[in-house]
Amino acid sequence: MKKKNEKILEIEELTVSFGMYRKGFQKSDLEVIHSLSLDVEEGEILAVVGSSGSGKSILAGAALHLLPGNARTGGQIRYRGKPLDDRACKRCLGREIAFIPQSVDYLDPLMRVGKQVSGVYGTKERQRELFRQYQLPEETERKYPFQLSGGMARRVLISGAVMGDPKLIIADEPTPGLNVEMAMETLNHFRKLADGGAAVLLITHDIDLAFHVADRIAVFYAGTVVETAPTEDFRKGREALRHPYSKAFIDALPQNGFRPLPGTQPYAGELPKGCLFADRCAQRGQECEGQIPMRELRGGKVRCIHAT
Amino acid sequence: MQLKAEHLDFRYGEKTPWILKDVSLQTESGERVGIVGPSGYGKSTLSKLLAGYVRPSAGRVLLDGEPLPEKGYCPVQMIYQHPELAVNPRWKLGKIVKEAGDPDPALLERMGIEPQWLSRWPSELSGGELQRFCIARVLNPRIRFLICDEITTMLDVITQAQIWELLLEASEKQKLGIVVITHNMALAERVCTRIVELPAINHAETKENRQTDITKSRSFITKRNVSATEGEGCADRAV
Repeated sequence: MKKKNEKILEIEELTVSFGMYRKGFQKSDLEVIHSLSLDVEEGEILAVVGSSGSGKSILAGAALHLLPGNARTGGQIRYRGKPLDDRACKRCLGREIAFIPQSVDYLDPLMRVGKQVSGVYGTKERQRELFRQYQLPEETERKYPFQLSGGMARRVLISGAVMGDPKLIIADEPTPGLNVEMAMETLNHFRKLADGGAAVLLITHDIDLAFHVADRIAVFYAGTVVETAPTEDFRKGREALRHPYSKAFIDALPQNGFRPLPGTQPYAGELPKGCLFADRCAQRGQECEGQIPMRELRGGKVRCIHAT
Repeated sequence: MQLKAEHLDFRYGEKTPWILKDVSLQTESGERVGIVGPSGYGKSTLSKLLAGYVRPSAGRVLLDGEPLPEKGYCPVQMIYQHPELAVNPRWKLGKIVKEAGDPDPALLERMGIEPQWLSRWPSELSGGELQRFCIARVLNPRIRFLICDEITTMLDVITQAQIWELLLEASEKQKLGIVVITHNMALAERVCTRIVELPAINHAETKENRQTDITKSRSFITKRNVSATEGEGCADRAV
């Protein structure tokens, strides 16, 4: 048997809730992530896909302590076996841990992008090398963020993140606005970093691109993971998958059926008691109203009692 | 009806490089034209010109032979790539969605807009949820042409398919003309009746990043198939 790889990032039973004011000073908590567990090993790319608003970006924020003040998190987050608390996170972020944010407004609008990318720990040479690699013209380094197109800003963010030699990369939607060649090249670059021993958590909607580089795929729905499976199963198609939502996901791809599943994901304030997917599921029954735990099935994990 | 762009040129200032040079496009009601091309070629600029948000440096945009109306409702509407920038952050969503008249409640339901969302602020919804408001806001009986600039890249594939199902239906029923800007070839092939490629600008100011030409952007389809087999390798390693 192969030597067991070190787990770089482990998340166990994570919950995230936001304190919100209802009326006047009446405060209530809105739980947006519930009992979520996943892990990424060294040398592995875990792609996180799933419905919009299911808490994928919040997961990245929670792992790196980047959420706003009214957020409360519970559960365990460990980086290389040690709890990733606020201090550990500050120490590692930008050196061992790289974060590629989703929104291009994470760039400082008043700083030339070359300077932002080389940052505190990087060098000018490395920055130029990365800009060449991502086909950014040399004068880009003297530009301000507002002078860049969406795709260029995206490439600037990516260059900044891979500046050092990160051990863990959390990339939140790194590919929108890039054409397919460029997106593929970015993902292949992640693949190379992973082959060099890094762990990559890739949050994405470009599931068809994720197919090409990821080792495993986790599917999110309404604030939790409903299935994790080897990428191979996703490539094989709906029959190899476990959860009905993952199957619906595959069917909705433009290159497959482009058939939308009716209905929407439940609102975080009004979650059903048992299975979160029950109201859109054809197989639902009485038994779906209880707690649905995550269970092992055919080399993956699924949160559904009917899955076979 | 017909939406026509004649020899559009565009640049931001006298000394800045051209973003678009001599671009012409013609589309009819009920037609869905896909515009594809690499990042930075001016696809978003072209959509703003077509919707009348930006004036061209030269050339004109005509709706049935007339320039777009300067005042009142414009029958050419646009949906942006970044919904969070297309809504007023100080308005609640209930007000935002009524900006161009009261929307049909049935439409809101089919768009998957929850009634509770109407009393929330834009910052409390995800990008995908906001985009549904932006789409519901433009789909009213007076609209004739809709310009969609990467409207579903931030959405999951199921919501993407739901939204396109609605837009395709509107396109068929109301004879709505749609211009679709996207990087996703599979999506463009699925929803468009015609696909055109925005060519690179070829003159003195051309920069090396504009060298890609149409033949090259065609090649990505084959490249994708190649990388699919490379992907097999990745999965083997994981086992």
